[in-house]
Parts: sequence; structure tokens; C-alpha cells
Amino acid sequence: MIKKTTPKERRIILKHADDPSYSNKIGCYLKKDGYSMLKKAFQMKPDEIGEEVLKSGVRGRGGAGFPAGMKWKFLDRKSGKPIYLVCNADESEPGTFKDRQIMYKDPHQLIEGMMIAAYAIQAKQAFIYIRAEFFEGARILEHAIAEAKKKNFCGDKILGSDFSCDLVVHRGAGAYICGEETGLIESLEGKRPNPRIKPPYFPAVLGLYQCPTIVNNVETLCNVKHILEIGGEEFAKIGKPNNTGTRIWCVSGHVKKPGYYEFECGALTLGEMIYDVCGGLLPGRSLKAIIPGGSSSKILRADERFTGKLKDGTDFDWGIEDIPLDFDGPASAGSMSGSGGIIVMDDTVDIVEAMANINAFYAHESCGQCTPCREGSLWMKKITQRMCDGAARKEDADLLLSVANQIEGRTICAFGEAASWPTQSFISKFRDEFEEKANNGNKKPPLQLI
Amino acid sequence: MELSEDTLRKIEEVIPRYPEKRSAALMVIHLIQDELGCISDETCNWIAEKLELQPINIKELITFYPMLRETAWGKKHVRVCRTLPCALRGSYGTCKVLEEKLGVKEGHVRDDGEFSIEFMECLADCGEGPVVMVGEETFENIEGKGAEKFADLLLNDKLNSSSEFISYESALVTDSTPVKSTKKK
Repeated sequence: MIKKTTPKERRIILKHADDPSYSNKIGCYLKKDGYSMLKKAFQMKPDEIGEEVLKSGVRGRGGAGFPAGMKWKFLDRKSGKPIYLVCNADESEPGTFKDRQIMYKDPHQLIEGMMIAAYAIQAKQAFIYIRAEFFEGARILEHAIAEAKKKNFCGDKILGSDFSCDLVVHRGAGAYICGEETGLIESLEGKRPNPRIKPPYFPAVLGLYQCPTIVNNVETLCNVKHILEIGGEEFAKIGKPNNTGTRIWCVSGHVKKPGYYEFECGALTLGEMIYDVCGGLLPGRSLKAIIPGGSSSKILRADERFTGKLKDGTDFDWGIEDIPLDFDGPASAGSMSGSGGIIVMDDTVDIVEAMANINAFYAHESCGQCTPCREGSLWMKKITQRMCDGAARKEDADLLLSVANQIEGRTICAFGEAASWPTQSFISKFRDEFEEKANNGNKKPPLQLI
Repeated sequence: MELSEDTLRKIEEVIPRYPEKRSAALMVIHLIQDELGCISDETCNWIAEKLELQPINIKELITFYPMLRETAWGKKHVRVCRTLPCALRGSYGTCKVLEEKLGVKEGHVRDDGEFSIEFMECLADCGEGPVVMVGEETFENIEGKGAEKFADLLLNDKLNSSSEFISYESALVTDSTPVKSTKKK
């Protein structure tokens, strides 16, 4: 077999972020031709920008992977109500830490992307909803917005045109559910972030203050700037069809070099990411499982085979290492690329403990609005916790599965799925380890996860 | 309830940024909590009046959002990430070390009010876990022997002068300061 060379990163979004001579101040951004795309945008018609974004095929980077151009198309422009643009900077999915890098190190890129997007959808008011743990991040953004306003890139009569758009940084307060777009909108209205039911509350029609609202992820909004620079059609050639552009993958857990890496979609496989880019596993360890798209995505077992038909009709037969890193690859393997958070687990991990850790997270973060989720997530936590405490029962695996199955599809928002997919997949793939717990008593493994 | 001129000014600035006053609730709460450490019933009433709301509209936020407080944390509040990626890198051990060295259990404030520890959910820096925040600063890869050293420095108020632990925030490139690098394994 010919050994391939290590795939090279292609940094578009993070091009300047880790350059030691590059700061988050406007001077640096302008030296790199910053805000030139905003100028270009103002020479175009708003709809033309929307068309470019649609042509680019760019899919949302927040988790669901919905085409951003399509989302913009759904905007209700006939109602005459004000239109709002909201940047989802809550970055709450465990395993994801990419938006942090953009906001702390290159905030003007986000502001430029947002102002282009605001002009394209004709929003006169935009918000950045940032998680409250990013204390300095919020200050950096506020400072950057003030700099941009001074230069007339944001605020009143942008670049001397008739178009004005104010940009406000809004801090959350530590709740995961605020990453769900309708929960985020409730939170931005000053309420508890209880998600709204769709229909009728599609944000593009009935969003913030019941007005048409577009909510996009940080990385998605940055891409808007690059789509204008490269052109929609050319952008669509980066990556693969239906998986266009680059993605910032966040690798955490048991690899030698965890971190964030930006690659063209589909440029490498999961195996290349772990063994070549991240330096492989820790010495003497072997791979046990990977959660490919943030903690809510379904777990993949190291020795599984993934077979089926791709969208283009070709058959595939993959091991875990062969899964292409794009939107469709992890989805074809029965999971999802989600927000790009790849969590690697080696053979030191007790899978039931890992499950208990995840279940504790979802029990803590359920907003409590829907009974199946509020009660179910707590029971899943309690059951896995007692299994780890030496009180496992023979029927626990089935009991867990039955609770998870009663949450999925029965809640207002996708949190129900986010909370049940881990349990469903952990049990279907590692049932033996769950059943073993009932026979083994209380043997604590060396790595404590709960 | 006494608020400084500075906080009052910031509150007046933040409210008109929103099309509806109620939207400013979280930001106003943050501003007051930053100064007072928590939001008492009296403060709830004050904010509600300010935003033309009922006190319950504020109280329901304080009791929902994990970072809003009815009682104050310690002078130095330490947040340790509990969620899976950090746990895989040993955050349970890190939390235990901090609890022992600082003399306070997670979720509690030390009797003298100096330290408090919160073993909390994801801090969004999973690649450099275990992640520990002290106040508003983020420290990465705090684990094993390093965690003991970190706790000792924190206990003796020497963390800021240490060259071994540079926070994510202070390692950022800014126009005026030279580049520092965070501690990497």
C-alpha cells in the first residue's frame, strides 16, 4: 500500500487567527484587506448576495448543517415587520471550541460577515448571542464593534450608504439550551430559554419579537465574507458537492495533539485526522470509540463496519478510520458531523461511565419544558449513575433504552434527540459492557468520569 | 442596595440598545452581579421596576440560568469543567486536588469566603482540557502534578505572577503586548 502524505490544512476562516503578528484589533484586519468585501457587498443588490450564498451551497456550521442560503430564502419579507439577524455564538455543544478561536482572535471577520449578511437580508438590527463564560470574548467583540463603528463599517449609514445596522453583543448565562435557535431567541427577549414549537415559530417567519429573524452560527457568518470574495460558484468547488467549503474540526479526548484544524470538507478521513493530524493515540493505548460531532451525536465503535449506499448511488464499506470528514460521511455511518466536535476515547474508558458523564450533562441542561425530556434525562442520569456505583441491575440496559426511546420525537425541540441519541447508540454498540456491570459489582476503573 | 456610579451608568447605556426593555434583563443582571456577587430579592425588585416588569420575570431568570446567583460565590471563584472531553483528560482528579488544596468542596464557598469551586458543564475549550477558570480567566491542561502546583499558586495568590500557567486570555496577541504561549504538554 502506498503511504499517503499527511493532508494539509486549508485555512480560510482561521487564516490569520494564529499568526503571532496578527492581533484582534482593526488595524491588523485592515492590513489583511479587511472590510473590502463589505465594500464590494454595498455595490451589489441585497438579493445578489443571497444568490451567491445559495450558489455556494454553504451549510450551517452550528450542528444541523442546513444550507444557509436556503434559510435566508425562507425569510418572510412581505410582512413589513423589521428583520433581525442573530449570530449564535453560544458554542455550547460539548467537544466544540472553534467559534471561540474566531471571536477571540479575529473578531472583525465575524463583524464583516455579519454586516454583509445584514445588508443581504436587510436587517437593521443584529445581535451576537455569546455564552457568558466567554467574559473576555464579549469585551473583545464590544471593542471591535466600537472600532468598526468609528470607521463606519457598522452602525449608522454604513460606508456612506442609506443602510444602517446596529450590532449588539448579548451575553447568555451558562445554559446549553440557548444554543437552540428558538431558545436563544426567547433568551434574547429576556425570558427563560424555553424553545418554541415549529410550526408556527420558524424564526425566519416568527422569530425575535415575533418578527422575521435569521439565526446563523459564527463560522457560517464568517463564510459569507469568503463566499463574496471567492464567488458562490467557485466556493462550491471547495470541498465536495453538498459538502462545500472548509470546516473547522475540534478534536478532544485521547489523542496526542488535540486541537482545532481547518480542512476542506472531505479532504481527509477520520483515521487521517486522528493518526496523522493529531499524532495518534496516547502511547500504549488502543482506540475504543469516537463521538464524531459533539456529545449529542451517536457514538461510533472502533471495530464496527459501516456499509450502505451513498447519495450518489455508490456502495461503501468503511471501517471507522475510513469515514470521510465532511457533512455526509459521519451521517452515512449512522451518526452526524454536528458542530464538528470529535471526541476520541481509548481503551482506558469505561463506556458506562462515559455514558453516565454525558447523561449528567443532559439532565443538568434540559430546560424542563417537556415532560419526556425533563423526567427522562434525569432518570437516564440516575440509572447510569447507580450502574457506576455498583448497583447495576440486569435489566438496566433495556430500561435505559426504553427511557431514551420515549424521549426521542416527543419534545418541542431537538434537545430530546440530543439527549437520547447518546444512550441509544451507546447501548446498541456496547450492550455487553452495560450488562457486565450487573455481574461485576463495584470495580472502579482508573479513569474517573463520573 | 447600593450600586456604584459606574454600574448605574452602564445599566443606563445597555437598556436602550434593545428594541424592548425586557431584552436587557440578562445584561443588567450581569452588570449588577459583577458588582454585588449575587441578585437578592431586593435587587430583583429593583431590576423589575427598572425594566417595567414584575419581580417574578427577573426571579425566574436567576433561578434558571446556571451562572446567575441568589447567593455569592467566594472572592476567588474557580470553575472546573466536568463534561466528557475534560473528564477524559482527568478533570475529576483536578477538581479533587483543588478541593483538597483550597479547603472547600465543589458547589460550596469556603467559610472565610476566600474561595469557591464549581464543577460545571462544558467551558468550550475541550482541546486543552482539563480546563479551569479562575474568575474570568481560562487555564488549560490543568492536570496531575500540574494541578497540584496550580492549586498551590492559587492558594498563595501567586498565579498571576507565575510564568508556568498563562491563561488563554493573556496569551492572546494584542497590539501592545508581546506574544506569550500557553503551557502545552
